[in-house]
Amino acid sequence: MAIGKPSHSSNPQPAMHSLVADWSADKQTFDVPWGKLMMWIFLLSDTFIFSIFLTGYMNVRMSTTDTWPNPSEVFALEIAGTHLPLILIAIMTFVLITSSGTMAMAVNFGYQGNKKRTVQFMLATALLGAAFVGMQAFEWTKLISEGVRPWGNPMGAAQFGSSFFMITGFHGLHVSIGVLYLAIVAIKVARGDYERSGYQIVEITGLYWHFVDLVWVFIFALFYLW
Amino acid sequence: MPHVAIADQTSELHDPRSFITKYIWSQDHKVIAIQYALTAIGVGLIALVLSAMMRLQLGFPDTFDFITPNAYLQFVTMHGMIMVVYLLTALLLGGFGNYLIPLMIGARDMVFPYLNMLSYWTYLLSVLILLASFFVPGGPTGAGWTLYPPQAILPGTPGVDAGIVLMLVSLAVFIIAFTMGGLNYVTTVLQARTHGMTLMRMPLSLWGIFTATVLGLLAFPALLVSAIMMALDKLIGTSFFMPAIVSLGEQLDYTGGSPILFQHLFWFFGHPEVYIVALPAFGMVSDVLAVHARKNIFGYRMMVWAIVIIGFLSFIVWAHHMYVSGMNPVFGYFFATTTLIIAVPTAIKVYNWVLTLWRGNIHLTVPMLFAIGFIFTFTHGGLTGLFLGNVVVDLPLSDTYFVVAHFHMVMGVSPIMVLFAAIYHWFPLVTGKRLHDGLGKLHFWITFLGTYAIYLPMHYLGFLGVPRRYFALGSTDFIPESAQTLNASITVSAIVVGLAQLIFIFNLIWTLRKAKPCSPNPWGAASLEWQTPNVPPRHGNWGQKLPTVYRWAYDYSVPGITSDFIPQNISEDAVIRDAETSGDVDDHSDKGSHT
Repeated sequence: MAIGKPSHSSNPQPAMHSLVADWSADKQTFDVPWGKLMMWIFLLSDTFIFSIFLTGYMNVRMSTTDTWPNPSEVFALEIAGTHLPLILIAIMTFVLITSSGTMAMAVNFGYQGNKKRTVQFMLATALLGAAFVGMQAFEWTKLISEGVRPWGNPMGAAQFGSSFFMITGFHGLHVSIGVLYLAIVAIKVARGDYERSGYQIVEITGLYWHFVDLVWVFIFALFYLW
Repeated sequence: MPHVAIADQTSELHDPRSFITKYIWSQDHKVIAIQYALTAIGVGLIALVLSAMMRLQLGFPDTFDFITPNAYLQFVTMHGMIMVVYLLTALLLGGFGNYLIPLMIGARDMVFPYLNMLSYWTYLLSVLILLASFFVPGGPTGAGWTLYPPQAILPGTPGVDAGIVLMLVSLAVFIIAFTMGGLNYVTTVLQARTHGMTLMRMPLSLWGIFTATVLGLLAFPALLVSAIMMALDKLIGTSFFMPAIVSLGEQLDYTGGSPILFQHLFWFFGHPEVYIVALPAFGMVSDVLAVHARKNIFGYRMMVWAIVIIGFLSFIVWAHHMYVSGMNPVFGYFFATTTLIIAVPTAIKVYNWVLTLWRGNIHLTVPMLFAIGFIFTFTHGGLTGLFLGNVVVDLPLSDTYFVVAHFHMVMGVSPIMVLFAAIYHWFPLVTGKRLHDGLGKLHFWITFLGTYAIYLPMHYLGFLGVPRRYFALGSTDFIPESAQTLNASITVSAIVVGLAQLIFIFNLIWTLRKAKPCSPNPWGAASLEWQTPNVPPRHGNWGQKLPTVYRWAYDYSVPGITSDFIPQNISEDAVIRDAETSGDVDDHSDKGSHT
């Protein structure tokens, strides 16, 4: 940001004007740490990956000649004698959205410099993420035991299993990496590695985590609800 | 500045001492750039030899026993894939991008040097995986560089066992490597510029590299996903791209997949890939032309916007590669329109290059010769692109040698002309020595005239209807026998051009070993990379203090100034003016200092 440039809060400018000022500044285009910008750009690239996965899934769903299984029925569970469609997926979604909340709390406490609370909330987020992956493992096991395979399934179109394992697998991989990432950063926060350089890393981790949650919303809507 | 890191550091970086940390596990962007460049050129030479093999078969069929039909298809595939991805993308972005970005913006290094180092080693891994496919049973895949399913993974195509899997894995690894590098390049350009270096003062090389990197970050995901899906189809029998199919008399288990989906995904990557290669070339050639014509680039802002607009448009033209694929013809109408629209900013660039030369003080140095050669080859390749962009003209020309000639002119020869221009131009910066002029000119004339001897007749073969990717034509009614004579002549030219590259390699080695050091800025270039305290720049690039930039990169032949160029880091007060004309220079002197 150019030296002497009025800050946004003290001297509100029309949005267009400040945008032009940012882009024509020397030194930095965005007033954010390098790591944060890099994470944003990475997430943009990752958005394309997931979009293409989902586009591919929708395309084969159209191209296949067999009937598409009804996801509400496939992902239904019998709990205490009651037939509940999509109940596990609903719980998983709830858990993941909740973890976004705890992550936001962790970022908040990070910027307050409250090391203890930051670590607690990061670990809570990681725990919720791990619970999500655990439920996903349960879901995979159930489907596999019912005969669903990537190359075919008894309920209908083979592409149902292929898309399911590929997309949820890729997303689950993202969540698992996120859990590890959270755990590592939480340990480093607890050790006091960021006392001097600031807690931006918590927010960067948070960006990744919120992204993974957001992607799940799209998978939920386009794969499970459709 | 709250975010001080290596690129912003105020003190000089200490040089690594041991050979290993200096040249092998180096985090210095310049060393990484050279590692990238040498690997890319090495693997590119393999691809060059493969193309010579193909030409030998086409020019003199039934002569060479070791070129079997299977081997021919494998040569075609590996030649294409290596040239497009592992040579051009890696050399332009990994090589020149790495070298030029921190120097041109006045930074000490990339923002994340460690990631940058990982990027190179991951790239090397992808190259090794690719080359390993030459040594597995069945050899590399022969599916063509587009890897279209179903044939890419069905028996009958060479390399269907291990070759195709290694190819897909190698591409995935390459994409990971590119992403690590690309994130670095984009973040560095956006965030680590030195004082005074606004985006609109950056040399066009940087605009080209920057935009191409953004394209790569958004286009390679499509290739990654299609590689994953095809690997699943091949390895565990999913049916993403595979319809119900009978292969060698046997009904396979595949059902209900969409081969067209692969083509869409592949070309959603493949078309931006053309511009990932072309945009850095556009940028670098602009700088070479301006320096050697001693004139500012014509229409700098227009050039920047043309690069950005081309980058945007390149994402909505992909299906012009698929007019004959059986997609809905209505799409053809849309994609033909966008394809013709993209010719507008491209034509603006060509006009601006020519107008830069117009009344310039042209020095016909070797880099300049290659740069002017590029304008010719690119114009020719671009014009045939307009033919192929129209559906009705494309239909008869599809899958003929006309297409081969077109894309070799536009994205084979043209970027390579720029690469040579760039190597001859920046070699004194990298090594402190100038490549031999006479050898360079010989290299240029053989390469330039030779490419015309190769590709002009190929257009004609295409009009005759000679199909591409055929091992041998045999006797075909509609192709006259004289086509074979033409093919033989093309082969001879290709071998000559291929051998001429030995002159270049000899020149590199001879210069490195025998030539005397030249002056630090032999071309009199104004852009920042030539203004380092040491040439070649040392680790950390800028000594104790980062430079401050006062002007754009194109202040050549400014009236009233003693020197015929003003480096970017010279302030208005420090400019030495001619004594007698100092009164009226104010009109011109602030030309470059606009934001």
